[in-house]
Amino acid sequence: MSDAQTQIPVTVLTGYLGAGKTTLLNRILSENHGKRYAVIVNEFGEIGIDNELIVESDEEIYEMNNGCVCCTVRGDLIRVVEGLMRRPGRFDAIVVETTGLADPVPVAQTFFMDDDVRSKTRLDAVVALVDAKHLPLRLKDSREAEDQIAFADVVVLNKTDLVTPEELAKVEATIRAINPAAKIHRTTRAGVALSEVLDRGAFDLSRALENDPHFLEAHDDHDHHDHDHHDHDHNGHDHHHHAHPSDIHDVTVQSVSLRGGEMDPKKFFPWIEKITQMEGPNILRLKGIIALKGDDERYVIQGVHMIIEGDHQRAWKDGEKHESRLVFIGRELDAERLKKSFDACQAA
Amino acid sequence: MPTVAPLDLEGHCVAAVFLGDVPHFALADGAVHRLDHGHKTIQANDGLLAAFHDAANDRLITGGEDGKIYSVTAGGSFQELASGGKKWITSVAAGPQGAIAYASGKTAFVRFADGKTREFTHPRSVEGLAFSPKGMRFGVARYNGATLHFPATEGKPAELEWAGAHTGITFSPDGAFLVTTMQENALHGWKLADGKHMRMSGYPGKVKSLSWSAKGKWLASSGAPAAIVWPFSGKDGPMGKAPLELGTRGNAMVTAVACHPSQDVVAVGYDDGMVMAVRFSDAKEVLLRRPGKGAITSMMWDKEERRVVFGSAAGDCGVIDITA
Repeated sequence: MSDAQTQIPVTVLTGYLGAGKTTLLNRILSENHGKRYAVIVNEFGEIGIDNELIVESDEEIYEMNNGCVCCTVRGDLIRVVEGLMRRPGRFDAIVVETTGLADPVPVAQTFFMDDDVRSKTRLDAVVALVDAKHLPLRLKDSREAEDQIAFADVVVLNKTDLVTPEELAKVEATIRAINPAAKIHRTTRAGVALSEVLDRGAFDLSRALENDPHFLEAHDDHDHHDHDHHDHDHNGHDHHHHAHPSDIHDVTVQSVSLRGGEMDPKKFFPWIEKITQMEGPNILRLKGIIALKGDDERYVIQGVHMIIEGDHQRAWKDGEKHESRLVFIGRELDAERLKKSFDACQAA
Repeated sequence: MPTVAPLDLEGHCVAAVFLGDVPHFALADGAVHRLDHGHKTIQANDGLLAAFHDAANDRLITGGEDGKIYSVTAGGSFQELASGGKKWITSVAAGPQGAIAYASGKTAFVRFADGKTREFTHPRSVEGLAFSPKGMRFGVARYNGATLHFPATEGKPAELEWAGAHTGITFSPDGAFLVTTMQENALHGWKLADGKHMRMSGYPGKVKSLSWSAKGKWLASSGAPAAIVWPFSGKDGPMGKAPLELGTRGNAMVTAVACHPSQDVVAVGYDDGMVMAVRFSDAKEVLLRRPGKGAITSMMWDKEERRVVFGSAAGDCGVIDITA
């Protein structure tokens, strides 16, 4: 029986063809960082490095037979991870490279829904590579590009040298509009520090959100939380704020950021359970830090569709505001209703 | 009182078998160890993923990370039978007339005894392979069911549908039933004569080990705190009947099962390394091995019905002599 100590971290790399995944992978495999990686790819393709731990695997999405349409896993990953983990001494971590059109959800859910995979590995973070030049086009012609950003913990905004500063700002604002919780790195030639993509602990409740102490704070002035493509042009006049994603016509993912005071645990837990049960198919990710009334520890939660996990993280620091922050990233979310029902969970 | 001759190895044991009466242990790194007047080792695959004991030819068929398929026989000889390229070989099986099958990605290959090979490509990954004991026919476990191929003829494959991911496959020894293991905690079965479904569920864990009892009257399975043993002697298999639950323990899961060659007795291996033998008729248990370092992954009885060879996930393997 494996325990948390021996769980191998898994990083998932998503991104369209040409966004720079192979460049980043080659760096992970060749740079001197003292760690050994097993890499699961869809095609051996252009990885120029001879490494016996590069495994080719046919993307195989399995719906679980439990009546839940969003409960999907990657069957091939279950098998490959099982095979790799029979010889665990060979590597320190696993990187899964997905195809350009891949849906990141089944990949991530594999690490929560399959008991064998879960006992031996842990999902570390989902990293999306985005081509700064071609993102607007990608968003027009596919839903996957948007899903990949929406689902990411880290977005590597690559090929920034191919766009003007104005275009770059706009692309970044678009990414922010889709996913206000991800960490964004601007790069050329996928030149992000590997420490920013590997070993992030993004799904580790004890570390989650600790990487980003300003979780949901930095961009409040943009007021994205009730933005979606239906109401963005109600204003009728130009905004002067350069980063306002006011001309994003191709974004269907929205995020709803909620803030409140201390929550009544008797109200909050049934509420979040109900929301994820009912809205699960529409929720791609959710993350939050919750201040529970009468609890001197921060409570953190994170979820993928209907899968939700929560735990105490650490004691509130002296002088730290006991505040609850929660972000939903998904589609067809009723921001008004979420906000109202969230507010109703606050302790009297 | 049974005695255990231990063999402590490094790594996950994929298959523990007797070849020519000699205990063999095939490990995930590709080394095949044997206790043949001392501990001896050969290296076949570079990374071993799948192994199948071909009883008719007294050999072990192995497939690995190196894309190669080997035949390992008693006395330490081994021979490359096929090479499938750089992709992993994820499943192997042996059939009648010296034929073998192996899978890589979405393709299943059949290699006949004369070296001729046929390819069968599927829309989805080939998860498991098994030959029918009768005729030249083999089954593929796949997403949403199983496919039956007739490699000796140009006949069309027969499709058996059942929603969900099917990961492993076995035919009953009389060829009347086909049973698959599933990604969910269940088995599924088909009565081949009429395609009738058999759903065998209620397991708390995934079923990874199956074993048919003598003459195929019972099918033993892992995946629960007891060996779950389904009755297959009726014409409709286990439908409407409750399985036996043998060797129940409160604090351990069964990870491997191996039925006795002639009697209604099953060797049961647990996730803590314990091994018991349990009789079907009265559920009487005999401890064969105390808990060890890792989960039991593979077991087999010898022809003389005297010894059980076992392998574990942690490499602490051995041979149990039940008559000593």
